[in-house]
Amino acid sequence: MKPILLWSDGLIFMLVIALVLFFYKLREDPLTRERWGQVFSSKLGMVAFTVILTYVGIALLDSLHFRRALDAPEGVQTEEVFYDNKVTSVFDVLTGGMGERFERTYSAPFALISFEKKNMKDAQGLDVRDFPPLKHAGLDLDDPADKWSDVMAKSVVPLGLGLLFSGLLIGAQWLLLGRGLFPWHASWVTQGVIVCIGFWLVGISHHYHVLGTDKGGADVLFQSLKGIRTGVLLGTLATLVMLPIAVTLGITAGYFKGWVDDVVQYLYTTLSSIPGILLIAASVLLFQVYIDLNPDFFSIGMEKADARFVALCFILGVTSWSTLCRLIRAETLKISQLGYVQAAHAFGVSHTRILGRHILPNLVHIILITFVLDFSALVLAEAVLSYIGVGIDPSMGSWGNMINGARAELSREPAIWWTLTGAFFFMFVIVLAANLFSDLVRDAFDPRTRMGGDEA
Amino acid sequence: MFAYIIRRLLYAIPILIGVNLLTFTLFFVVNSPDDMAVSQLGAKYVTPEAIASWKEKNGYDKPLFLNSEADGIAAITETIFFTKSIKLFAFEFGRSESGRNITSDISIRMWPSLAVALPTFIVGIWVNICVALMVVMFHATRLDRWTVFVFVGLMSISYLFYIIGGQYMVAKTWRLVPISGFDAQGQVWKFLILPVLVGVIAGIGAGARWYRTLFLEEANQDYVRTARAKGCSEISILFKHILPNALIPILTGVVVLIPTLFMGSLLIESFFGIPGLGSYMLDAIRSQDFAIVRSMVFIGSILYITGLLLTDISYTWADPRVRLS
Repeated sequence: MKPILLWSDGLIFMLVIALVLFFYKLREDPLTRERWGQVFSSKLGMVAFTVILTYVGIALLDSLHFRRALDAPEGVQTEEVFYDNKVTSVFDVLTGGMGERFERTYSAPFALISFEKKNMKDAQGLDVRDFPPLKHAGLDLDDPADKWSDVMAKSVVPLGLGLLFSGLLIGAQWLLLGRGLFPWHASWVTQGVIVCIGFWLVGISHHYHVLGTDKGGADVLFQSLKGIRTGVLLGTLATLVMLPIAVTLGITAGYFKGWVDDVVQYLYTTLSSIPGILLIAASVLLFQVYIDLNPDFFSIGMEKADARFVALCFILGVTSWSTLCRLIRAETLKISQLGYVQAAHAFGVSHTRILGRHILPNLVHIILITFVLDFSALVLAEAVLSYIGVGIDPSMGSWGNMINGARAELSREPAIWWTLTGAFFFMFVIVLAANLFSDLVRDAFDPRTRMGGDEA
Repeated sequence: MFAYIIRRLLYAIPILIGVNLLTFTLFFVVNSPDDMAVSQLGAKYVTPEAIASWKEKNGYDKPLFLNSEADGIAAITETIFFTKSIKLFAFEFGRSESGRNITSDISIRMWPSLAVALPTFIVGIWVNICVALMVVMFHATRLDRWTVFVFVGLMSISYLFYIIGGQYMVAKTWRLVPISGFDAQGQVWKFLILPVLVGVIAGIGAGARWYRTLFLEEANQDYVRTARAKGCSEISILFKHILPNALIPILTGVVVLIPTLFMGSLLIESFFGIPGLGSYMLDAIRSQDFAIVRSMVFIGSILYITGLLLTDISYTWADPRVRLS
């Protein structure tokens, strides 16, 4: 076994560490604590946050990559160890090899037979054209009519394990947190449901394809789960690239004014006047041409797909900073007129210190709201970009690629609906959770809604 | 007023030059004409002669910014930057990589785009405002909270699913309209209903929620309380007091979009097979036809800047307090 650190893996773990440190530092500020308290005092906030954390957790587990060592070929004595060209992640192992049970082609959820007919030999050795049985579904079954009772029977053990594990999980938290001010029970119920469903899916996937298989015979449920990493990483990394550009330019423009302001305003007007999708598409195409012309940069296919993915994050970040920059510039203009900043000037405090200590902390809420709002927008954008053909590399699982591959299959008879359903469900849940959470964060942090405004 | 408009138009020139420089850098400096030739001809079997003839055929056989071999003014005009970028200002888009005239293609494809985008835009705004006003009437009740929740839910659905779902339900299962296609004569409406419907429904979540916040901001103002105190009905408060006052923020978001309607919608047009500019762009991106992409970037920027200008002008109409100077 040989660990592999892809570029995106490194970046996402750096980001997580940075976020944890950031919030650890923010913990000391009483106002911030109070505002976060407001976010988490609603049940909806708790549930949404739990769902987001689950997605992020899966994405992180799916970012721990390694290559399996291969057995030496028969009769060859060598000290050298060869590694599999396929990159595996910890998450692949945890799902119990769900992604390794391939069929020939499409099959419906919980189906026993393939979706398409094939020429076969029957028991007497005659040629027949019929639906071939699946290789990995209902193997213990004697009579296909018993399918659903078999599904029930196979569900008992995983569900029991799930209940046991979620009981332990919730019990531990209950002992640790006790009855606080926050509606922890909302989070616990969500955790319990997620854990039970997770155990059940992994358990049952040994016997059936819960969401069927796609054209290449791959398990659709597993693909949808793999899409989580792509979605979460894209949503966070692109914002990570965008933040420093937007904050630096916006804050300098608003603080120094004059020609700096003119230049920054010119830059973001120019950038935002270019149709976003064309700019992104053009940049991705150019990067694609660059990769195609330099194929020797990457030793394995996964690295190439990953390079394209990281480039996409960079491109999305570099092309989308204008909105946040405009907001930050306006807010800085306002803050730098305030009394305490003027006082700091009078005391001869240096520019960097005023910017860092007096202005930047008051911009945190804008940055935070943008971060959460952009996340859901980026997850949705990924699907569109992949449809256009400038998104994620097809070899890397993503919801956009799943939709793109299956959009024409609804017109078949009977319709192949499960691939779209899988992608739709997993995408909808995370985007909905992020949208609801960002609403709560905005209500708590935005001074406008805090003073009178909406719910007053 | 006119002085203001002229000043704004002059201000657009440096922005357009900036757009041009940026796209030029992207297309020719980052990615040299040689790379483009290789990817157009197919990476495997290229000879230097094939590259040279491709560059000559498509007009890329010149230096980037400065032609040191030519004399006088030709040193600047006989360059890729001049022939490919500056000429865009005169709306000379030249020929696509497949040899078609881009200008005439655009002028033909503009109309189907507009035929879809304009009804979607108008019906969309109307529906969103109606829904938002209705929700504002029930403000701070359980119904209000649930509708907002539904709005967020609608926002969380990818645009692709609205299109795929609409085509599946309306066109395939119920067979009410054709799944896709376009017909310039006669029964255009048959092909337009579904794209417009999908476009409107997909926009309700985000749109109605946004209008709701705008209306609520106005609903908390003092003049609304005064109107209520003097006995105005809720309906007349909504339509006579809140709606006109919320017009300014609505205009800011809406007017800037009007010129860009010409560009059409990438997704709607490609799914419904409408031969507009959106599908034109998509085909260009997919076949890596950079000449078309470059022209569309330029047109898009012009339309956006026009939109900004129109927004400012519309303020004077909506709010008598605003004077442009």
